[in-house]
Amino acid sequence: MPKKFNEATDQKRWIAGAGVFVILALVGFLSNSYVISLMTIVLLFTFMGQSWNLMLGIGGQLSIGHSLFVGLGAYSVAVLNIKYGISPWIGLVVGLTIAGFVGALLAWLSFRFEVRGIYFALLTIAAAEFARIMFSGWEFVGGMQGMFFQAPTGKTDILMLRGDARFYYFVALGVAAIGVLGTELISRSYLGYVWRAMRDDDEAARALGVRTFRHKIIVISISAGSAAVGGGILALVQGSIFPDSIMGMGISVDVLIGPVVGGLGTAFGPFVGSLAAIPLNHTMSAIGDSLGIPGLNNIAYGIILILVVWVLPDGIWPAIVRLYRSIPPLPRLKISQPRKVEE
Amino acid sequence: MTNLLEVRNLTRSFGGLIAVNDVSFSLRGGRITALIGPNGAGKTTCFNLVAGALRTTSGQVFFEGRAIENRRPEDVCRMGIARTFQIVRPMRDMTVLENAMVGAFSWTTSVNDARDIAYDSLESVGLANKAHAKTDQLTLPDRKMLETAKALSTRPKLLLLDEVMAGLRPTEAAGVVRVLQKLTENGLTILLVEHVMRIVMEVASTVVVLHHGAKIAEGSPADVVADSKVLESYLGAGFHA
Amino acid sequence: MLSLWLNVLASGVLLGLVYGLVALGLTIIFGVMRVVNFAHGEMVVFGVYIGYWSVRLWDVPIIVAAAIAAVVMFVFGYLLETLIVKRFVNRPHHYQFIVFIGLALLFSGFLLVAFGPDPRPTASQLSFHTVSIGLLKLDLARLQAAATAGLLIILLGAYLKYSAFGRSLRAAANNRLGGLVVGLNIPQIYAVTFGIGTGCAGVAGALISPLFDAQPYLAVDFTLLAFVTVIVGGLGSFSGALLGGLTIGVAEAVAALMFAPSMKTALPYALLIIILIFRPRGFFGAKEI
Repeated sequence: MPKKFNEATDQKRWIAGAGVFVILALVGFLSNSYVISLMTIVLLFTFMGQSWNLMLGIGGQLSIGHSLFVGLGAYSVAVLNIKYGISPWIGLVVGLTIAGFVGALLAWLSFRFEVRGIYFALLTIAAAEFARIMFSGWEFVGGMQGMFFQAPTGKTDILMLRGDARFYYFVALGVAAIGVLGTELISRSYLGYVWRAMRDDDEAARALGVRTFRHKIIVISISAGSAAVGGGILALVQGSIFPDSIMGMGISVDVLIGPVVGGLGTAFGPFVGSLAAIPLNHTMSAIGDSLGIPGLNNIAYGIILILVVWVLPDGIWPAIVRLYRSIPPLPRLKISQPRKVEE
Repeated sequence: MTNLLEVRNLTRSFGGLIAVNDVSFSLRGGRITALIGPNGAGKTTCFNLVAGALRTTSGQVFFEGRAIENRRPEDVCRMGIARTFQIVRPMRDMTVLENAMVGAFSWTTSVNDARDIAYDSLESVGLANKAHAKTDQLTLPDRKMLETAKALSTRPKLLLLDEVMAGLRPTEAAGVVRVLQKLTENGLTILLVEHVMRIVMEVASTVVVLHHGAKIAEGSPADVVADSKVLESYLGAGFHA
Repeated sequence: MLSLWLNVLASGVLLGLVYGLVALGLTIIFGVMRVVNFAHGEMVVFGVYIGYWSVRLWDVPIIVAAAIAAVVMFVFGYLLETLIVKRFVNRPHHYQFIVFIGLALLFSGFLLVAFGPDPRPTASQLSFHTVSIGLLKLDLARLQAAATAGLLIILLGAYLKYSAFGRSLRAAANNRLGGLVVGLNIPQIYAVTFGIGTGCAGVAGALISPLFDAQPYLAVDFTLLAFVTVIVGGLGSFSGALLGGLTIGVAEAVAALMFAPSMKTALPYALLIIILIFRPRGFFGAKEI
């Protein structure tokens, strides 16, 4: 019996993943600026969606306040870069640390006091909203007026993470790839097993020796830190940040829509979901703007969220995989093999 | 020789209801002990108290000489006590093998080592050939054995089995009996909650009887079955051996 | 100084009663169906718009607008439950949450499309009228809203406690399976419960339409406010909703006075965080989620 049962499927997945990466890289080289900007956002939300996905799809903890971590990352990069001229690389590390710490703190506080499930989700929203309001009133970070990065010079400066749209596209691609890879590696590691057990049945997991309290803090902390990195890069891409946008509920929804639509708990889900949802959002916004009717994008998001949970609760990607597996194998074409000589 | 497990004056009340009332008993290593009693006697509550899933109202639990009452379930597990649940709780979306691997991670962080331990556990319970099946494809006896295998992966010294025979047909139950006997041959101590008296007679070396939360008898199966208090508790007053 | 504080507190109490009505709707839905209606704020805003349009089209008193809102929003909630919510009642919580977020987006999107983003003030017949009681100078529109809300809360409480349907509602809340066994029509009860919940929200919205300009963006704030209120008071508790509403109303008013007005929304959240951590069941909530 093969120890690695999924070896054949494994190889296919790595190949598929590499293939998608290559295609996306080509897109980066060949496409026009509109597609590039859109896909940059798709990739960033893929990455942030992965971080959210880690927390819920694998760890079993629901957060509707991820904008808190995204915002912390964005503001870390912005403040350090705009006010002190420090490289965004440092800003990202600082943001990651702060958000990771805040996430761990929230987790520790809640689980210490048995705040779980919906209550925990509400706690995340409250924390995000509280932070948004605080940042709105904080002069140091620009308050409601927000913060603005220096206008891009068009020159690529890797040390300061500045460049043109194409540059940021590849940064986003790199980060998304790391996200997918990271999720996959974690999923296969002992953390993946233990977290999934914790997700499915906390009590049973504890009876098997899983220190769920510790692990919940770890998964939430990692999720928070990665979301912050995504936020920091988003800030650079957008060129400006405002508390209402970067820390508002809108961002929390944008973060979760990818994994929910694409497939919770899977490695490719957030990408597929973001690819479906974000361009839809932009198109609907654009149509709305041109017709003078704002709100079409909200309706679109609402409809797809409801439909997906109703009809395809596992998400689009697992449905595609199921469809693919149910196709009977095509007869092999024996082109290269010599005909057997009938004796 | 120190008893592996010693339960002293264990008591647990829920408001006005005393579920476990001053229960004391001890287990020697390498044997199977059965905890029996009519429904509601407090057997599963006892389990939960020993395993750390429930806080005691009073009383102590000693494992290998150390006090373990009111510790966290995961800590109790890591000390060497594993338990199964009455209603089987497999992890969905995970194969049989993956389910069995979770417990092994209390010992190692290597996925390969965990896999080996899991295979061993599955083999002990006879599920090795279904390692890659999804849990919803399993029959009831298989699920019960999976629960046991999961617990075995934590390499326990003491295994608490909660009604592992419930719902099994006689041939299936006989298979489980063989598994349990083999496990004790290899040095495992088992405390099982059981209703099926025939199994208890066959498998247990000591029987502890609970009724309304209190211990009313303890001894070999033959002694306990003849005990009039025990008969009364199951069959009502006025019944004599 | 005293007069300022008294007035601030009074207006907080008055608004708190309306918040209590909103929270009541949310808590009834949760108490009976164990469903977390994240689109509750949108229901309130629907009510605000009903208030706005009723006054604008037919120039009726706010009370009449509130009655219209009650009927419209009850039917709306009933239909929503029967057509959509019912399918998710037994799903895991995070799915429910996400469905309701979807509904919330759908509704606010609809409001944006239908009425545009600009705020619309409702000119009630009572606007700008005040009544003086001792040191207090109370805004008549606010007083009317509070009085109506308070009355409705009492009536609803009595109905739930003494009527046959109210009893079956409480039975269903207590024990769904048991309710089915004794022959309660659970689907019907759930639909009506949801309708009552959204009805409360709608009425509250209509009542406060003279105080808050109608705009779609109000919805998120109301949803979160409703949750803060319900959790402070206790999820599933009737008196908790009322007490929570008063607490939040007063807390908001005090925060606006003590800190910058922009901070007034921050205090409820801080309160929520503290309550969730130290006493998640609030004043009167059930121990189990």
